[in-house]
This record gives sequence, C-alpha cells and structure tokens, in this order.
Amino acid sequence: MAQTKFIKKESLSAWLEELGQDHEVLAPRFEGDSIIFRPYDSEKGFFIDREATAPPKKAIFPQSETLLEYSQIKDMENLSKIAMDVKETIPTTSYVVFGNRPCDARGFTMFDRVYLNGEKVDVYYKARRENTYFITLSCEKGEATCFCNAVGSGPSDPSGSDLLMTPVKDGYYIESVSKRGEELLKSSLLTDGSKMKAEADKYKKAANASMNKAPDFTGSPEKLLAVFDNGAFWEEMSDKCISCGACTYLCPTCYCFNITDEANGLKGTRIRSWDNCMSAQFTSEASGHNPRPAKANRLKNRVGHKFSYYPDLHGGVISCCGCGRCIKSCPVGVDIRQIVLSAIAYKPATKKEA
Amino acid sequence: MQNLKDLKEQIRKALPELDVVIGWTGGYDPLHATPHFIRRDEDIDKLQVNALCVHNLATYLPALRGKKVGIVVKGCDSRSVVELLQENLIDRAGVTIFGFGCNGVVDQTKIRRIVGDVGNIDSCEISGSDVTVSASGAEHKLPLGDVLADKCATCRYPNAVLSDHFAGEEVTTTATFEDGYKDVVEFEEKPVEEKFGFWLKEMDRCIRCYACRNACPLCVCRDHCVAQSRDPHWLSQEAHVRDKWMFQVIHAYHLAGRCTECGECQRACPVDIPILLFKKKMNKEIKEVFDYEAGIDPEATPPLMTFKTEEDKIRERKW
Ligand code: SF4
Ligand code: SF4
Ligand code: SF4
Ligand code: SF4
Repeated sequence: MAQTKFIKKESLSAWLEELGQDHEVLAPRFEGDSIIFRPYDSEKGFFIDREATAPPKKAIFPQSETLLEYSQIKDMENLSKIAMDVKETIPTTSYVVFGNRPCDARGFTMFDRVYLNGEKVDVYYKARRENTYFITLSCEKGEATCFCNAVGSGPSDPSGSDLLMTPVKDGYYIESVSKRGEELLKSSLLTDGSKMKAEADKYKKAANASMNKAPDFTGSPEKLLAVFDNGAFWEEMSDKCISCGACTYLCPTCYCFNITDEANGLKGTRIRSWDNCMSAQFTSEASGHNPRPAKANRLKNRVGHKFSYYPDLHGGVISCCGCGRCIKSCPVGVDIRQIVLSAIAYKPATKKEA
Repeated sequence: MQNLKDLKEQIRKALPELDVVIGWTGGYDPLHATPHFIRRDEDIDKLQVNALCVHNLATYLPALRGKKVGIVVKGCDSRSVVELLQENLIDRAGVTIFGFGCNGVVDQTKIRRIVGDVGNIDSCEISGSDVTVSASGAEHKLPLGDVLADKCATCRYPNAVLSDHFAGEEVTTTATFEDGYKDVVEFEEKPVEEKFGFWLKEMDRCIRCYACRNACPLCVCRDHCVAQSRDPHWLSQEAHVRDKWMFQVIHAYHLAGRCTECGECQRACPVDIPILLFKKKMNKEIKEVFDYEAGIDPEATPPLMTFKTEEDKIRERKW
C-alpha cells in the first residue's frame, strides 16, 4: 500500500535540508535565464513552477564521468618497460532529485532497458541508478511543446519516480511510488495526507484535461522504416536543422556517449561523455568513412531510434517521454512531432499522367 | 509587414529559376517563427516576415553551395552573406538575395523574463511599437523597445547591404559604432577577477552542444571543429568549465574580424549564456587596430586574411 503524506509549502526547504544530510539533493533553480538542476543551496532556493530548461540527467548520466583513473609507471631499470596502474571509479554518491517533472523521471526508464535489463549491465549506470531517488512534481498543465500524452504518459505519470508530489491547498500531497521512496518519508515535517487524496486527484484530472490533443503516433515504427531509404523525404525534413545536438543533450531519453582518454603527462582518466547522433564524429569511422555524412542521415537516426528501432526492440515503447525540450530549445524550431507525423502520413507520389 | 506582399511577388517570379528560397514561417506557437524552405508555389503563401523572424538564414548557405538558392535577409543577415562572399565560401551567381529594411527582431529571452510562463501562448500581435502577447489567458502588452534584441537597438545597417531584390521602404537609423559597444566598455572596466568570475559562472552551465557554433554563419569548420576532433584530440571532453570556456575563446578568435554580430551564437544557446560579448570584444579591437568592420563591402578583404609587412596601426619594430 502506497504511503500518502502531506507537507506544508513552507516546510519544503527544511525537508530538503534534512534529505541533504544523507544525500546530495539536486533541485532546479534559475541560473542566468535558464532553469538548471543544481546541488540544493538553501540560500539560492529552488524554482519548480515550470519545467526546467535542462533535465536532471546529471544524477544518472552525467555530461562526463570518470570510468577509470590510470597512471603509467616507468621501470627505472628498463625504460622501455611501463607498468600501468588502473583504478576503477564506481560512483557512490547518493542523489535525491527534487522537483523534476514526470517526463524527466520516466525518461530514465528508457535508459534502464538498455543499461540494466539488456545483455550487459553497465556498472556505472547501475550504481548511479540505484543511488538516485526522484521526488517528482505533477504538472499543473501541459505546454504547447508537451506531448507526454502521446507516448503513453501524462502530467502525473508516476513511472520512474520514487515519490510523486501533487499541489494541494497550502502544500503538497505526496505519494510513495516505489518501496524505497518510503525511506524518504520519515521526516517529522510530513504529516498524514490521506485526506488530501480527493483534492490531488482533482488536480491531476484537470491537468490531464489541459493537455493538447495527443498526436497519433500509431504505426510509427513501420512507417519510419518505410521511408528509410527515401533521401528526398529526409532532406526536406532536415532542411532547417543545423545539426547542433542541443536537442539530444537536453533530451531525458538520449543516452549515447563517447569514450576518451584524457591524459595529463603520465597520468590520466578514461571518461565517458555525452555524444550525439547529430554530430558528424558520432559515426565517423577510423578509415575516414562516415556512413552518416549529412544532417539528413543524422536526423533520420535521431527520429528513427526513438520512434522505430527502440520500440521494435523494447515491446513497442517509444523512446521519447514527450517533454518537448527538443522543440522548445531547438535554435531553428525543428519539431519532432511533425517529422514522425509526416512519415506516418507519407504517401509515395503517384506518377503523373504525361 | 508592409513589404511582405512585394517580397512574395519577387519570390514568385524568381522561384522557377531557383532550387529553393529560404525565408521564415510560423513556428510551433504564435510567439515563434521558424526557417522555411520554399520549393513550391504554395510554400510562398506561408512566408512570414516580422519581428519574430530572428534566424539568420545565411547559416544555411555554405552547405547549399552548388545549388541555386534564394535567401531572404534583414540588414544584419545580409552582412553575413557579404562576409561569406568575401571569404569565397559561397558563389555570388548561386545566391539570389531578397533584402528588406528591418525594424528589429525580438529577443525571446527578454520576452520570457517579462511574461514568465511562455508555455501556452494564445496569440502574439505585433503593431508599430508594441508586442501584445497573450499567454495562459493573461494579456501582456510589451513596448517593442523593451523586448528587441540588443543588436537591434543599436543597429547601423537595418537595410540589406547587398541585394538582388529589395522589398518595401528603406529604414533610417542614426546609431553610431560606439553605441553598440557600451556593454563591452562597461565590462572592460571591471576588475579582472570579477570578469573571470563572471565567465566561470556563466560557462559552467554550458552543455557543450555547440549550437552556438552551428548557428553561426561564419563558423564553417563544423564537422571538423577543434572542439570535437578526435585525432588530434585538442580539447578534453570533460564537462569542466575550463574546456567549455576554452572553446568560446577559440570561437571568438576564429571569428575576429569576420563576425558580423548577428547574435545567432547567443540566441541559439539553449541555456542563455551571453557569449556575444566575447565576439563583440574582438570586433571592437579589430575596429581599433584595423579600422575594419566585417560584412559591409563584398570587395574588401578581412584583415586576418591579408598580410602587410607593416600594419598601419601595429608598431612591430620601433617599440
Ligand atoms: S533538431 Fe534542432 S537542436 Fe537538434 S540538431 Fe537540429 S537544429 Fe540542433
Ligand atoms: S525527443 Fe524531444 S520530446 Fe522526446 S524526450 Fe527527447 S527532448 Fe523530450
Ligand atoms: S560569432 Fe555569433 S554574432 Fe558572430 S557571426 Fe557568428 S553567430 Fe553571428
Ligand atoms: S550553445 Fe551554449 S550550451 Fe551549447 S556549446 Fe554553445 S555555449 Fe555551450
């Protein structure tokens, strides 16, 4: 049985302080003109009234992360002999992500199928995943760029979260979603919330109703494959794309990386850092050949991966949580919804009569 | 916009000879426009030209070299086209320039600052001196001057400096070079530690997406950029502010005397880092040392592409 609690609005900071004793708390706040997840700082506060500019990827999939540290040790007797000292660096920090939206938490369930539940388990990912809690905030209403309702989710979808908070009068109604989420509910700042259930349900219902009509992505896996070899289609779809990668780095469901050795004299680190299919180096081969030479090939991969290849491998699940960040923050307004819908609606031109 | 009808007519006439004409159209909500690639007659009807048409479409030209391309340009955008011509990155015969006189474009960040929640825009009306934005049922009347991009407030080239077709009336301006660099002068006067601290703080949230680079019409290495080259491995791939900052310094140096201050780098940045300041600083120096401004005269050679044994203003010998 899920636990239900209530917290007063003005007690949130105190709760975060408490949680901060055992965990590193990441909360969104304004930095410049953007809303970014940062280690919680009581002086700087938090801002949870809108979806953050960038998702809280840092906790589970940092922009760059050390896989191992190495140093080369020269043998003074025989200088051509070098020994390697290698140290694996499994992350141990425990994170609480606070104030993320349902799409952000659900986004990581796309990672799980690949990094946890596939043939190989990614030990770095696993360590972070198991050490990260999500305290998610239900959305009040959808934005023009939101389409979580089209990918099997919604503004109060609990999947991927540990706790779900829903605004009620003077505070928040908190439900535990996962068993481990209950560990976070021990604070004396939280009181019984069972009486607020009806109010919270009403809030959620209104949020659902506020969403724009969901675009219908039925059949996207096959339809995207059907236009796979259609160069003209992809060229037109990618006309305005500038192949920058902002869409992928802001995406809660993009998980590609690059591995490099960053050496400093005889010491160095092997790191993995975000990489993305919109960038030329992504598929550049050692021979010099690049199977995805143009932006059209790259955008095709981004859309295809999310709406065709991934669902094909993972029981039909679309690898996009509908957060809309790629649309909102694309410098030139590429709209992934439109591309998928164009593929679905695509009909080969019938030959004109001469 | 008054000149939209003329512009459409000009494009309609020219389109049969062209592979594509690049303009703007409505974006995902009434507050946003988006680049628009016109290939068919019916695409012309969707053309939009107003203060929401922020994108500098010259960014697309180098990759379209070899095709017959039409491009719609504001004054600032036309300077990028000129600079691309000067650097032989595009062919004059391959581009048909549709210019107009621009009254300024909005800075979406400034609108966001005032309106706050721009997630649900019902409408956006732009009249002579106001932008009226209605969001989530509330109406906001914003004086255009408050939300114009900074570059527009001090623009000295509102009319396309080079065009094959010019739509509508020319716009007049009285702005001077100095007007545009007040922010740089102000920044220069701060103590070094404060300036350094400012950049460390701002650059720290950079996600290394390189939208700033790819949106820049003069950043033409792109797929071969030092920031990501693997062999040689010039920059570390760490998420360290040092490397993020290093890239901006490289970008600014590579753009010195070439940058036309279209502001696309900053506009494209998804996390609003004020990187235009770097570029403006370089341009201010270039003006001082070489008395040169980028993208004005198609016949001129940018200073860093010439060599004089004795520069007029650099004392190389008689120190
Ligand atoms: S879709 Fe937009 S954000 Fe993504 S690479 Fe293209 S231009 Fe950049
Ligand atoms: S593809 Fe776009 S809408 Fe979907 S999860 Fe990624 S950023 Fe969000
Ligand atoms: S550096 Fe920035 S301002 Fe300068 S030309 Fe490039 S995008 Fe425009
Ligand atoms: S666009 Fe912004 S976030 Fe992206 S690399 Fe440039 S400065 Fe960094």
